Amino acid sequence: MVQQDFQRRMPEASRDLRRPVGMLQRLHVDIPLLLSLLVLTAFGLVVLYSAAGESKHYVQRQAIFIGIGYVGMFVIAQFQMSLLQRWAPWFFAAGLVLLGLVLVMGTGAKGAQRWLSIGGFRFQPSEALKLAVPIMVASYLGERVLPPSFRHILATLMIIALPTVLILEQPDLGTSLLVAASGLIGLFFAGLRWRYILGVGLLALIGAWPMWQYVLRDYQKQRILTMFNPEADKLGAGWNIIQSKTAIGSGGFYGKGWMNGTQSQLNFLPESHTDFIIAVLAEEFGLVGTLLLLVVYSVIIARGLFIAIRAQSSFNRILAGSITFTFFVYVFVNISMVSGLLPVVGVPLPLVSYGGTAIVTLLLGFGLLMAISTERRRVSI
Amino acid sequence: MSEHLRFKDHNNESRIFFRRAIIAAALILCLLIVLVVRFYSLQIIEYDTYVTQSDRNRVQVQPLPPTRGLIYDRHGELLAENRPSYTLSIIKEQVLSVEQTLEQLSQLVNISAKDKEDFYKRLERPKRRRRPYEPIPLRYLLDEAEIAKIAVNEYRLKGVVVEAQLVRYYPNKELFAHNVGYVGRINERELKSLSPEDYQRYNGTDSIGKIGLEKQYESILLGQVGYQQVETNARGRVLRVLERIDPTPGQNLHLYLDAGLQRKAMSALGERRGAVVAIEVETGGVLAMASTPSFDPNLFVTGISFENYKALNQSPDLPLFDRTIQGGYPPGSTLKPMLALGGLEHQLVDEHYSVRDPGFYQLEGEERKYRDWKRYGHGHRVALKQAVAESCDVYYYDLAFRMGIDRMHKFGAAFGLGQKTGVDVPSERSGLWPSRRWKRAVRRLPWFPGDSLNMGIGQGFVLTTPVQLASMTATLAARGVKRQPRLVKTLGDAEIDTAPQVTVMARERNWDLIMEAMEEVVHGQRGTARSIARKASFRMGGKTGTAQVVGIAQDAEYDSEALAERQRDHALFVGYAPADKPKIAVAVIVENGEKSSTAAKIARKLFDYHLLASPRAIVPEEL
Repeated sequence: MVQQDFQRRMPEASRDLRRPVGMLQRLHVDIPLLLSLLVLTAFGLVVLYSAAGESKHYVQRQAIFIGIGYVGMFVIAQFQMSLLQRWAPWFFAAGLVLLGLVLVMGTGAKGAQRWLSIGGFRFQPSEALKLAVPIMVASYLGERVLPPSFRHILATLMIIALPTVLILEQPDLGTSLLVAASGLIGLFFAGLRWRYILGVGLLALIGAWPMWQYVLRDYQKQRILTMFNPEADKLGAGWNIIQSKTAIGSGGFYGKGWMNGTQSQLNFLPESHTDFIIAVLAEEFGLVGTLLLLVVYSVIIARGLFIAIRAQSSFNRILAGSITFTFFVYVFVNISMVSGLLPVVGVPLPLVSYGGTAIVTLLLGFGLLMAISTERRRVSI
Repeated sequence: MSEHLRFKDHNNESRIFFRRAIIAAALILCLLIVLVVRFYSLQIIEYDTYVTQSDRNRVQVQPLPPTRGLIYDRHGELLAENRPSYTLSIIKEQVLSVEQTLEQLSQLVNISAKDKEDFYKRLERPKRRRRPYEPIPLRYLLDEAEIAKIAVNEYRLKGVVVEAQLVRYYPNKELFAHNVGYVGRINERELKSLSPEDYQRYNGTDSIGKIGLEKQYESILLGQVGYQQVETNARGRVLRVLERIDPTPGQNLHLYLDAGLQRKAMSALGERRGAVVAIEVETGGVLAMASTPSFDPNLFVTGISFENYKALNQSPDLPLFDRTIQGGYPPGSTLKPMLALGGLEHQLVDEHYSVRDPGFYQLEGEERKYRDWKRYGHGHRVALKQAVAESCDVYYYDLAFRMGIDRMHKFGAAFGLGQKTGVDVPSERSGLWPSRRWKRAVRRLPWFPGDSLNMGIGQGFVLTTPVQLASMTATLAARGVKRQPRLVKTLGDAEIDTAPQVTVMARERNWDLIMEAMEEVVHGQRGTARSIARKASFRMGGKTGTAQVVGIAQDAEYDSEALAERQRDHALFVGYAPADKPKIAVAVIVENGEKSSTAAKIARKLFDYHLLASPRAIVPEEL
């Protein structure tokens, strides 16, 4: 057995040893990932210009955040993954403290406290947890024997539950679900046994009714009901979804043309530059534009999974898998919500919707992917 | 199995991860396909639906209400115009709290409980599908001070708008309330009675003619609605006009009515209840048509308040009632010239035929005495002229008896009695000019000779409207040419065909006789209206009348002092001037006026104004 394994790994290892390390690998840049991210962010800025009512202000701010994000991505890409794995608990703890601060002294609007202002700089700590949770989960599970035992699963669930509950308290259902998802995805990639997965699925089905009855708040129920029947409340909760479907549908195959979308330009479409930006894209660039966007996303996700599969350690694999899959979850939830497949939850379209913190966090995540992708291969004996 | 006894198997972990990654990739692929299918179905399959929906969002067809036609009197004075009126509305989507905004507004302008109630009704039960950001009216008819107050506070009144629209205004207030009429908000019943095409015409308009000329000429005054296709944003703000069909304004009406004469008639009637109708003999055009008391039609235009309506509707003086076309009065002696002409034409009497008047008349074999208004009669030999001038009742008892109901009915009907005159104000009544058939059908009784006697002095069953009396007098003055009375002279630029006319045939000599007799009434030594002849620079013809309001018992003394004011006789006068070439014919009724001279004096004022004082020559129609 050992012999076979050794033989299978040797040629690859020797190739690594033979080949001189290239310039880009020294800089820890993954070219396919970088190119597709550049295409996506550029396309996003073009759509944003139209969606924000031809305002340069939004585009400039967004471009600045994208710039910051790329710089951060290159910095993160230089990280040594083993160090990150060791420091993970500290990052995680810091994130929890920030979340606690939000509950104590946070600012926000519409009855929710989501922001923290420190020295004139405002940011959403919950965004940081979108990275901290997968890192912590991957770090914890990476050190354990996989597939994880029941005890380790419970421990991991505790890790996930802490920030989730804190974010739910803000309250911010959308983000808390996404944070929880990013951790659970790590558990899945660690090889969580199918019997647990199926068992939880069954429990979820049974628990749906009490959840609806006792846990969900009225506005959250309203959103779910609205998704099934937007016509019931045309001018209220149903308005957003009716208008976004109208925008998408009226785009047709080729779209109405850049800055010619009537739904978005005449303000029928709500939140057109943030959560509903894909409706603007679909209206102005048609099915062609939508498919193009999905192709770009697919390339990024495929590259992410490829990096994860090729990664050296379990920590790397689980982290890369989580980041990639979570990214897909954002894409899917946002697009489904805008096109009326899922209830309206506040999930932006990654790297396209207007919003500084989210973009920086996402690009930092891709920095981690690059770090994993370009890590010097160790020869295992 | 203890944790410490398990070793980390890197290759196994790598294999597990690989399998999981493949599953994840498959899942991602499936979900991406779901998204592609979703967008394909929205953007390709349901494309048409959503394009329509998006256009419906964006493009709105707005009706452009036409300007309602104006109404002018014969000299070009405005009787009905359109004034800008300011409406206070609230855009629900832009205010944080409707209650709070209402509270703020009621500190600035006067908002009644009724206004609030109506506002909430409109808010909750919109007549048609309400667009988001559509303003909901709260109060109409803001005055300038209120507009200014709102303008000053605009910065803290988000979602509050003041809109201007044209609203009908009647500058002469109660002067023409009955005949020009008024417009009011269309009610449910009126909406239902409109045909589909007509329904279209009321897009963007919310008022309709309710009474008078406003109702009669509604379709001409209204005009044609225009449309514009506009692109709006979600706030309903019009961004650009895509297509526009201009509205056609309603046509203007020019009337025969003379505002000055009308004013004179109203002031002459004063506080009394009564009616005046003046007709231009040559055309049949109505110069004045006054009914008192009157009301301010402007109250009705934007919806009359309950209190105001109750006051008008329950007043014992019936201000809403148009006496000129709806009031049925016994004509009394004012019928006498017409009946005398009938006697002449049927050769029952001639100029010299005379009766003996002891103060009463008795039918052969009957006890009952038909009394003359003059207790001891007008003498032994009362002939035609004296009978008219002094209004001798006995002469007419005799004439009516000999003429008989059938001939009397036929002759009176030729002058339009018992029929609508066809004047162009709606809701005219026909009065009552009885006949044998009528009595049998309605009263189920045969016609008695006594009925004829009563009819001979304009009492009994007979009921006439002031406009009928005026029309009859104009027909006498025109020597038999009976023209349909009309208020409207021209519609827009088009002159209306001259009024339809028929001629009552009678011999020239008989016309002369009757008109001389009527002149005697005013200018004769013992004429009943001689009091109005004083200092007249022209000669007039006329006939006075009094009509009993309550029947007087056979032997009771007539004591007007004892009668309550409302039971006194009505005073009537019909007449024309100048006598030789009549231009104007009038009928005046003063309810409970008691003495016929009260009515005659009003007629004299109208004659003076029309023939002498009329200040303006006919000015060009445009003003």
